[in-house]
Parts: sequence; structure tokens; C-alpha cells
Amino acid sequence: MIDAIRNLGRIILEGLERFGRAGLFMFEVMRGTPQLRKRGALVLQQVYGVGVLTLLIILVSGLFVGMVLGLQGYNTLVKFGSEDTLGLLVALSLVRELGPVVTALLFAGRAGSALTAEIGLMKATEQLAGMEMMAVNPLTRVIAPRFYAGVIAMPLLAALFSAIGILGGHLVGVGLLSVDAGAFWSQMQAKVDFYDDIMNGVIKSIVFGVVCTGIAVFEGYDAVPTSEGVARATNRTVVYSSLAVLGLDFILTALMLGEV
Amino acid sequence: MRRNVMELWVGLFAAAGLAALSMLAFKVGNLTTADVVNGYRVSAQFDNIGGLKVKAPVTLAGVRIGRVSSIAIDKGHYRAVVEMQLDGRYDNLPKDSSASILTSGLLGDQYIGLEPGGSEKNLESGDVIMTTASALVLEKLIGQVIFNNNQSGGDGNAKK
Amino acid sequence: MSVSTSKIGGTSDDALVKVRNLRFTRGDRVILKDLSLDIPRGKVTAIMGGSGCGKTTLLNLIGGRLHPDGGDVTVDGISVPSLSTKELFELRKRMGMLFQTGALLTDLTVFENVAFPIREHTELPESLLRKVVLMKLETVGLRGACDLMPSELSGGMARRVALARAIALEPMMIMYDEPFTGLDPISKGVIAKLIRELNQTLGITSIVISHDVPETCFISDYAYLLGDGRIIGQGTPKEVQQSKSDYVRQFMDGLPDGPVPYQYPASDYLQDLLRART
Repeated sequence: MIDAIRNLGRIILEGLERFGRAGLFMFEVMRGTPQLRKRGALVLQQVYGVGVLTLLIILVSGLFVGMVLGLQGYNTLVKFGSEDTLGLLVALSLVRELGPVVTALLFAGRAGSALTAEIGLMKATEQLAGMEMMAVNPLTRVIAPRFYAGVIAMPLLAALFSAIGILGGHLVGVGLLSVDAGAFWSQMQAKVDFYDDIMNGVIKSIVFGVVCTGIAVFEGYDAVPTSEGVARATNRTVVYSSLAVLGLDFILTALMLGEV
Repeated sequence: MRRNVMELWVGLFAAAGLAALSMLAFKVGNLTTADVVNGYRVSAQFDNIGGLKVKAPVTLAGVRIGRVSSIAIDKGHYRAVVEMQLDGRYDNLPKDSSASILTSGLLGDQYIGLEPGGSEKNLESGDVIMTTASALVLEKLIGQVIFNNNQSGGDGNAKK
Repeated sequence: MSVSTSKIGGTSDDALVKVRNLRFTRGDRVILKDLSLDIPRGKVTAIMGGSGCGKTTLLNLIGGRLHPDGGDVTVDGISVPSLSTKELFELRKRMGMLFQTGALLTDLTVFENVAFPIREHTELPESLLRKVVLMKLETVGLRGACDLMPSELSGGMARRVALARAIALEPMMIMYDEPFTGLDPISKGVIAKLIRELNQTLGITSIVISHDVPETCFISDYAYLLGDGRIIGQGTPKEVQQSKSDYVRQFMDGLPDGPVPYQYPASDYLQDLLRART
């Protein structure tokens, strides 16, 4: 019994310690930001890594999610005779929710895990230590460019996901199920608000970008420098990012709708 | 060479992302119509606004010229005070224009329709629209129909 | 204190690195206890010792990557443990370190790896930078490999590239962490020759951490033998090799048991077995 309580205490203390380390780590990364201006090329290179290489999975998933939304939405809406609002349903679901959330989940699985593994292996092969010995701070040289690349890439990826999803919904709704194309778009335009819906989605995806990339680079940097340690860190990145995204999504949605 | 290819891809990626964002903004969302430039505020009082909501459109002859910016209660008269933000380009509305709350379609949302009057003076910021027609509340409408039917039916019976 | 320790290292007045009463623990384990030694300027100094005796820890303490629990390390008159991060980075620009694995940046070519510290710390124009990098690569005989990626190099080549990178900023001293481990005899010879040459031509103070006795003795001017967290033998390589001390003899001759016990410290064997049964 006492052992169980002590274990609980130990878990809490270790968790807090990790949290503290993560906080200090992020502070250090932020502090190195001014030096990043002359390292624009590095950020660019990382945008390629986390953004462009994630593009394919985002586009394909977005298309299919949009198509499924079209099918499912039509099936329900047609019962009320309001299949004209299919465009609205698809657009709102994607822009407000699915775009940012699914993109963040895919990002964590594709780019986040890769970032953690890369940084963890750099640590395991003494590349980070070597940099330190060359008087180069790895936080500004390795971590910060990756972090900012993730923060830049995420909203763009989410926007692409939503856009292609809406096209997918259009494909199914208008092409397959003969919803009127005019109604599809006009209903959407009439009811989707730029600030309330689209900007909220963008804000969400920026927050998710900070969280997912932050977790990924921290886990890599904090990994135990062995093959097992890197594997566990990669695993943690995906699990923690996904949980953080889903939890934060609820909180952000509640804040934005202002109903809590 | 490899670097150029990478830069090209990143450029394409950023351009595509921004294009998607602007598609969302202009094609999906209503950024083009949402902006009320150099707007001015007028208000109107209604007995009942039904299901009117903040941000509902304000139209003139069916064309959207503004949106509802706030809804409040006038404590003294127990009436609803609706403030609307109108587009500055349409600043020549007569002062005695009227506002009515209408419904788009049978189940659609409610909006405010403005009807121009005949006055020489124009509406200015802070003015109050005097002539208003409240929302049609379905239950009241049905109630009225039944009442009228009963009355006319009763009269008919009496005449017989 | 300076009187009592000045005997260590012989040429203490001209010592670039002075380690005084250094103590370092990891958890309950004492890794270095009361270690004192001097690294003479412009010489090749070997620090030998068995695996896990704290050799690499010592290098990390000199480089300021670890903080000692007691004692002091001074490099060129500067006390390392008391430096701020910024001052430490300034000092590190004058030190090079060669890691066991080479620690090359895997996403950069050989050329870019050598150019890395120069790009980070100076604003050299590209044409000049190219010349400097090619010169450094020529020194280690790998100018022809400048477009290869680190994954395409053999272990010995990777270590030579790392060496070219370590001398890129023309440091006053280089620390070699196990430069011979895992190399074939030819590569070992090449590395040994390079260490010697760099020391003689550029006057770079060198610290070689190793447990390869013959190669290390061949290139070093002075040798320390580390064991049990302290110095157990020192002198010129010849003196060390002929030492009568049990410790030194065990290490030099590779005897399995001796002052360094074959057994990891454990409780009584019989009792341990009996306890496991109940």
C-alpha cells in the first residue's frame, strides 16, 4: 500500500521534473531565436523535411476524409431534404475540426517521429556533443530550425488538408450524388465565416504546430542515447502529441465557441 | 543543384499552402462579403426579433449591405435594440427607411431587410430606424390563423 | 598546495591544462577521486587506463561538458568549472576534440563537415573558406573525399575527417578520445602518424586517451596511467613500460587478475547462492 503511494509520488515527481526540463528547454530554444535570422537557410531545409515530405500523406488523407464526409453527410442530410447544405457541412467540419486535428495527428506520426528519431540518433552518435565541443549550441543550430519549421509548416498543411478535403466533398457530392454545384458553394460561402471559422482553424493548427513539434524535438533531445532510448522517445512523441492535440482541441474549441 | 531542388519544393509547398488558405478565405469563407468597409452604425427597435442573431446579414433589395453587430434589450420599453453595421458605400439611405426581420426560406436563418423611404435626408451613424416590423413567430402566426378561422366560422354560424 | 603538486607532470610551469584534486561522482559511484595532473604545453600526453576508469569523463571535465564535485581544472590559466556558458564557448573555440565515433554531422558532406566550425564562428568569404577546408583535408590526406557523405566513409576515414574538422579553427589543443579503438592496423598507423605530425608541425598540445598501449606509447611524450579514479603511474612511455608497480604491470601486460580485481565487487558468493534458494 505504502509502496503504491510511493510509486505514485515518484511518478508525479518524475513527471514534474520532465515538465520542468521541457520548460527550460523551450526557454533556451526561444532565447536562441534572434540568432536564427542568419540561419534562414536551415529553417528552409527543415521546412522541406517536415513540410514537403509530409505533403503527400496530408493530401491523400484530406481527399479521402473529404469524400467520406460528402458521402456520410449526404446520407443524413437527404433525410431532411437539405442536401443543398452539404457543402456547408463538409467545409465547416474540415475547417474547424478535422483539418487542424487530423493534420496534427498525421504530422505527429510522420514528421514528429522522424524529428525525434533524428535528434535522438544525433545525440546517440555524439553529434550534439561534438557540436557543443565546437562551441556551437545545438539548441540554436539543430533544435530551433526544426521547431520553427514545424510551426510554419503545420498551418500550411492544415489549410491544404481542408482545401483538398472540400474538393473531395465536392467530387462526391456534386459529381457522384448530384447535389447542385451552385448550392454546394453558395451555402458554404454564406455560412462559413472567415474569422469565426477559418481563423479559428488556423489558430488551432498553429497551436498544434507548436505543441507537436515542441514535443518531438524535446523527446529527441531528452532521449536516452541508446537504440532502445531513441525507440522509446519516438514512441512517446507519437503518443504524447496525439493526446495533447486531442485534449487541446477540446479546450480550444470550448474557448472559441465561448460556451464554457 | 540539390539545394535548388529543395528550395523549389519548399517554395511550391509554401505557395500551395497559401493558395489553399486563400481559397478557404475567399472561395469557402465569406471574407469578400464579410468586410464592412468604413461602415456606419444605425439601430432599430423591434417588439420581437425571433431567431435573429448577431452577424446576421442586413440586406437592401436582397443585396447584403451590412450585418447585425449587437442585440440588446431596452429596459425601459421592453423592446429589442438591434444595432447594425452598414457598408460605408451605401450612405444614401433615406432617413425614414424601414427595417423588417425576414426569414430566408421556410427553415432558413433570419435577416434584416431594409426598405428605403422617401425622405430627403440620409441615415447617418448613430441614427435610429423608426419604422420596424418584427419577426413573424410561427406559433403566433398559427395562433392567429386558428383565431381568425374561429372568428369567421363563429360569425358565419351567427349569421345562419 | 602548488608546491606539493608541482612534482606531478614534471614541467608544471609550462602546463597548459592543470587538474587539481578533481573529484567527480555519478550517483553513489565515485568515478574520479582527488585526481591531479598536468598536461605540458606543446607535447603529446597520453592518459591510459582500463575501460570505465573515467578517462572520457576526464576529457569531458576538461572540456567543461561536466561539472566536477570538487577540485579545479584550469586550461591556459582559465578555471573551467567557474565559466559561464558564453565564456565556456569562447574557450572551446580554442580546443578541439576528436570523439570515439568521429561524431561527424551525418547530413553534411565531408567538405561541409570540415567547413562547419569555420562557418559557425567566422565570416570568411566562400573562396577563402574553400581553400582553408581543402588545406585541412589535404593535411589528413582526404582532399579527394570532400564530396562524400559521412555514411560512405570507413571508420578510419571518418576519424581523419573529424580530425580535419577539429583542427579547422587552429586550436591550441586537441583531445583525442580513444583514437585507435576499432581500427585496422593500417588506419591505426595513419592516425598515430597524424597525431604526431599535427603536434610537431602546428605545435598543438595533444591529450590522447587510450587503452591501446603500443600505439599510444609510440606517439606520446609523457604518459599517465589512470586507475581507480586516480593516477597510478606516470612518466615517459619507456619509464611506464618498465615500471615495477603491480597496477602498471597488470595494465601493460594485460593480466586478467591483479590489483584491478577480475570480479565486480559483490557480496559473498556462497551466501548469495543460498539466499537465492529460499
